[in-house]
Amino acid sequence: MSGPSTYQPQSPLMKWLEQRLPIAGLVHSSFIAYPTPRNLNYWWTFGAILSMMLAVQIVTGIVLAMHYTPHVDLAFDSVERIVRDVNYGWLLRNMHAAGASMFFIAVYVHMLRGLYYGSYKAPREVLWILGVIIYLLMMATGFMGYVLPWGQMSFWGATVITNLFSAFPVVGDSIVTLLWGGYSVGNPTLNRFFSLHYLLPFVIAGVVVLHVWALHVTGQNNPAGVEPKTEKDTVPFTPYATLKDVFGMSCFLVFYSWFIFYMPNYLGDAENYVPANPGVTPPHIVPEWYYLPFYAILRSIPNKLLGVIAMFGAIIVLLFLPWLDSCKVRSSRYRPIAKRFFWGFVATCLVLGWLGSKPAEGIYTTLGQVFTFFYFAYFLIVLPVLGRMEKTLPLPNSIAEDVLNKGKVTKAVAGLVAVLFAGGLMVGGVQPAKANEGGENPPSLQWSFAGPFGTYDRAQLQRGFKIYKEVCSNCHSLKLLQYRNLAEPGGPGFTVEQAKAIAAEAQIKDGPNDQGEMFERPGRLADTFHSPFPNEQAARAANGGAAPPDMSLLAKARTYSRGFPQFIFDFFTQFQEQGPNYIAALLQGYEDTPPEGFSLPDGSFYNKWYPGHSIKMPPPIQSGMVSYDDGTPETLEQYAKDVTSFLMWASEPHMEARKRLGLQVMIFLIILSGLLYFVKRKVWSNVH
Amino acid sequence: MKGLGIVTTEASAEPTRRDFLYIATGAVAAVGAAAAVWPFISQMNPDASTIAAGAPIEVDLTPIAQGQDIKVFWRGQPIYIMNRTPKQVEEARNTPLSDLKDPQTDQARTKEGHENWLVVVGICTHLGCIPIAHEGKYDGFFCPCHGSQYDSSGRIRQGPAPLNLPIPPYQFVSDTKVQIG
Repeated sequence: MSGPSTYQPQSPLMKWLEQRLPIAGLVHSSFIAYPTPRNLNYWWTFGAILSMMLAVQIVTGIVLAMHYTPHVDLAFDSVERIVRDVNYGWLLRNMHAAGASMFFIAVYVHMLRGLYYGSYKAPREVLWILGVIIYLLMMATGFMGYVLPWGQMSFWGATVITNLFSAFPVVGDSIVTLLWGGYSVGNPTLNRFFSLHYLLPFVIAGVVVLHVWALHVTGQNNPAGVEPKTEKDTVPFTPYATLKDVFGMSCFLVFYSWFIFYMPNYLGDAENYVPANPGVTPPHIVPEWYYLPFYAILRSIPNKLLGVIAMFGAIIVLLFLPWLDSCKVRSSRYRPIAKRFFWGFVATCLVLGWLGSKPAEGIYTTLGQVFTFFYFAYFLIVLPVLGRMEKTLPLPNSIAEDVLNKGKVTKAVAGLVAVLFAGGLMVGGVQPAKANEGGENPPSLQWSFAGPFGTYDRAQLQRGFKIYKEVCSNCHSLKLLQYRNLAEPGGPGFTVEQAKAIAAEAQIKDGPNDQGEMFERPGRLADTFHSPFPNEQAARAANGGAAPPDMSLLAKARTYSRGFPQFIFDFFTQFQEQGPNYIAALLQGYEDTPPEGFSLPDGSFYNKWYPGHSIKMPPPIQSGMVSYDDGTPETLEQYAKDVTSFLMWASEPHMEARKRLGLQVMIFLIILSGLLYFVKRKVWSNVH
Repeated sequence: MKGLGIVTTEASAEPTRRDFLYIATGAVAAVGAAAAVWPFISQMNPDASTIAAGAPIEVDLTPIAQGQDIKVFWRGQPIYIMNRTPKQVEEARNTPLSDLKDPQTDQARTKEGHENWLVVVGICTHLGCIPIAHEGKYDGFFCPCHGSQYDSSGRIRQGPAPLNLPIPPYQFVSDTKVQIG
């Protein structure tokens, strides 16, 4: 994209085309002959990784939009239909949801790399500003995308974030009404967020083109921070940078796949498996991890307007960075003091992220204020002042000289791996930090479906189904499940005939018939396990004011804090059985006499594990209530385990397919990464 | 840039170990790319709930008097169930096959013992419009879009449509009940 192309078309066809539309020349000069500094380390591959993630998000997003319904009554279920019924729908949804987090991990690495090596300094100011604009667009897109599944966190996230704008004097309320399209967050809001969530990625793609254009005008910065002077300082983009980027992308895909196939809910919030309820706010409203530092800044300022200004200011300040940093030396390698402050800044961001996930009270607020000060001080005090007084180290004369001086590649790779894992951990650490109620956790049980190779125990699922049918179904629906699911692969292993017989036992309301009347008929395979109550009000009235929740997603919608350092191990051991542990414990957690000093409201029961301990559901099951014909002990403990396993399957019927495909993908990607590494080494061998 | 020893310029008569590495890597990457495309194509196929909703349906025939017809929907397609008059049946059976564009006997298009019942998919084989029953020159179906005419057995007699109206899979559960699908 810079200057006339050196491309010489060979074939007559390409010559003909080149005279009319020099597109091949553009590609050649931008992505083949384009000179790239030969000392770039692996931190520079994140630009390519980000392009890949943008493509992944756009492609999976377009596909999801083919199946998604943006309506408040249908959105939640349509997402579940994607996961349960669409071919590979679970894969596409996991790719898109985890992809958002991967996109942000990559962009934070990319931004910090720019910060460390001074990539924003002249002549690359416009390049940097375009990057900040892309980041802002990403935040808006990510926020609106999170609203679409219309779970509790979607709804309340939308409410809280849109209310930020009400802080502005005079115009604030009008802006909020404009965003909502109504008196509150509702169907018009969801519709416009869907429309904009579809639009913005293409805007991002457009700004990315400008970003790359600006990059190719000024050329890339490099770890030494000195401009290339001779041809010895650079290598052609293809094959050198291309191969390095492809190897980087392949490694990143391994990391990404870990989440897609093994930890799909590690990055999400269990609360978002509860459908949006405008009448009940979840106890802890927490944004997605990538907004947490800004959320912490918002909350640390006690004034509403100033808090909002500080939050936006934390991003806007990045736009002025090229002029705030007064030092002429780019790379922190040659700035011993700035280097320390940089790592201090990274730590500040991590601490702010952690604080953002904590309740805004006590010591957390004070710490939030201190670290908010550190955040702004880095940009407004440290960088402007440091440039004037820091004594920098001597710069290498050229990039070629820098390359000869050291082989820091291994160090960079090690750092990369460390950052990726630290990123994953920090992200996951947020989840347990959220619901920290204090007190002890439900005991961790042995589940057949745990771990990377875990599968459901068919006999256990069948027993669990029996309990659901004989006990739970008297009050609870299972409306995301259809009778046909009982006979599908990866499930309880009923035959189609058995599933048909089970369905036929149910009476399903259908109609109207030709006379306009509703009638009852035996159930069919395509019918759902619906509620025994005609509507929610009836369910509420019959159960002392608390409607029994639908059980389809219960095993994924319940969680508890595992605390530090347990959540670190959970990332590696793939522990994600909080929901099952909680349900099994709850069923056994009833106590006839509440502890001393606990006043139990009328019509409630004391349960050790229920949040607040006062539960409306009477003890649902006792030993001996359901008879087993396979000799399994008929104890409460066994019942609890069996029905919990069944509910886990109900909440994720394709778990076995997910883990099976995951293993194949992991093996493939590791082989590919290995091969790419050797190819890259071979190709680069004549440069080093 | 040319001076910097680009790997591909070196001519070599025999494949080397390096070539093998490049080819192997390229092949593995190509296989992966091809496999990655599959879920994106497969998701366009009908999903499991759509397939389940396409299960057979039962239709009660008692309300349909002779000379009348009803239209029911199965898998999103209109199915005509016509209780034909003896005259219609006779006309259909007496038409010589040589008069037909898509030769098929009426016997082959109805169930033995239930000759008066015609069950056809009501979608014109021309371009998918819905023909109107009991219209046209042959006392069968007439498609208003492009003027195709079908007889009382749903066979194409005139107009641009190439084929007879298709017969959906169906069977008589009893004399008054038919299962479609």
